[in-house]
Amino acid sequence: MMEQLLDIENLWVKFPTRQGIFDAVRGVSFTLGRERLGIVGESGSGKSMTGRAILRLIRPPGIVEADYIKLEGTNLLDKTEKEMRAVRGQQISMVMQDPKFSLNPVMTIGNQIIEAYRLHSKASKSEAYAKSLEMLEAVSIRNPKRVMRAYPHEMSGGMGQRIMIAMMLIPNPKILIADEPTSALDVSVQRQVLDIMDRLVNERGMGLIFISHDLNLVADFCDRVLIMYAGRIVEVCQADRLHEAQHPYTRGLLNSLPRFDAPKPRLEVLQRDPAWSEAPSVSGRT
Amino acid sequence: MTMLDVKSLNVWFGTGRDRVDAVKGANFTVGQGESFGLVGESGSGKSTILRAITSLAPNWSGIIQVDGTPVVSPRPKAFFKTVQMVFQDPYASLHPRHSVDQVLGETLHLHGFREIDARVVKLLDDVGLGQKFRFRYPHQLSGGQRQRVAIARALAPEPKLLLLDEPTSALDVSVQAEILNLLADLRQEHNLTYLMVSHDLSVVGHMCDQLAVMKDGEIVEIMSVAALRKMEATHPYSQHLLHASV
Repeated sequence: MMEQLLDIENLWVKFPTRQGIFDAVRGVSFTLGRERLGIVGESGSGKSMTGRAILRLIRPPGIVEADYIKLEGTNLLDKTEKEMRAVRGQQISMVMQDPKFSLNPVMTIGNQIIEAYRLHSKASKSEAYAKSLEMLEAVSIRNPKRVMRAYPHEMSGGMGQRIMIAMMLIPNPKILIADEPTSALDVSVQRQVLDIMDRLVNERGMGLIFISHDLNLVADFCDRVLIMYAGRIVEVCQADRLHEAQHPYTRGLLNSLPRFDAPKPRLEVLQRDPAWSEAPSVSGRT
Repeated sequence: MTMLDVKSLNVWFGTGRDRVDAVKGANFTVGQGESFGLVGESGSGKSTILRAITSLAPNWSGIIQVDGTPVVSPRPKAFFKTVQMVFQDPYASLHPRHSVDQVLGETLHLHGFREIDARVVKLLDDVGLGQKFRFRYPHQLSGGQRQRVAIARALAPEPKLLLLDEPTSALDVSVQAEILNLLADLRQEHNLTYLMVSHDLSVVGHMCDQLAVMKDGEIVEIMSVAALRKMEATHPYSQHLLHASV
């Protein structure tokens, strides 16, 4: 059996509304080893909520419930908010979708990375500076010294996203949660960012949770994929065998994609079956 | 017959030192009833061409002919009866405090139509929404439904040429399929001409007959989708794009 970094059992995310309680995530269980785990689904399927719930980033009135969320054996649900702060960033890091909204616009990039690093370690300023330079080089940023002095608006989307990744990886976390890290990027830049993440994950033996709506990307990039629908996992499969997926929802999603190499006059439209949201969640354990 | 003729189109923003040439010497024609695609990465100037045609980008030089008439600034009313545009983000392109009925009714009124009531019903049916959506506000609609309203609004003046600026890139793949099918049906029913911008080569491949590949403000290659599918792209950038999406 593979060593498990993260073990989640029966995770629920609930939001009380005027019409009663809305369940965004409904009883999801899965494990994460030193692998690249993809979570795919449409908007509203609960994939981002799952990622946020692991870090307990759901703000009240939202409620996170689970039998347990274990990070290398310790239950994150038992930790106090203060103890959680030591987990976020140092042990589990998260990269968000849009670098424009995640970087501080009035601070130079260098100061932001140095701040992020020194918050978690007792390094001196000069050590932190050297480490930041090294990290920017690791994410293939040319001329890192200039970038350290620059402000976020001077960066392109692809550079911004790579800077975010550099910032998240400096404390050397065990798990990286990437929530649509490449959706705001061009196809050509997308590949670069993915290659960098892939290399870093391999070199450091991290676990990666890759949340995306792009089936082809996930099939290409991940080892294992969870497919979510209406807050539940409907199917689990090996990423390279995603195209042989069995569940009608997964098949529907795959068929609704226009394919450049196989043109057809009309695209298939996904026919939703109410039974899919009723069926119990499939376990994503290994 | 030619519906849209663009000759040596230059578009720029800013002046002096800050001048950015967003489009440099673009040439292409789109025939009546055809569907033409513009592909390229962000910043390559593909949306800017659409914006120059509709005068949303005011600084341009060259010749743009729509349905045989050269466009002038400011655009006359007749221009907007011929050309309409659908934008990328359905969340941003509808007024949050106008109901669907108001959005469509106002457009019809501005274009001097009568029997507005019957026409609103017809438009909603055309885009597959139906009566029950008529008095809803944008926040009560999903992304796909909003994009349908935006398409209905574009169809209201009965245009001949539709400019589609990434109409599905903000939508889920399952909803994207519905909207692309709808656009294909509408084109056939109303004998429309499409000029479609997308960064997704497979979407353009599905919708268009001809396409232009753009890079850094220039059209580097124009070819038929069939030729591209046979890997007959000659320019290295088009080949690169092709490899990235197959």
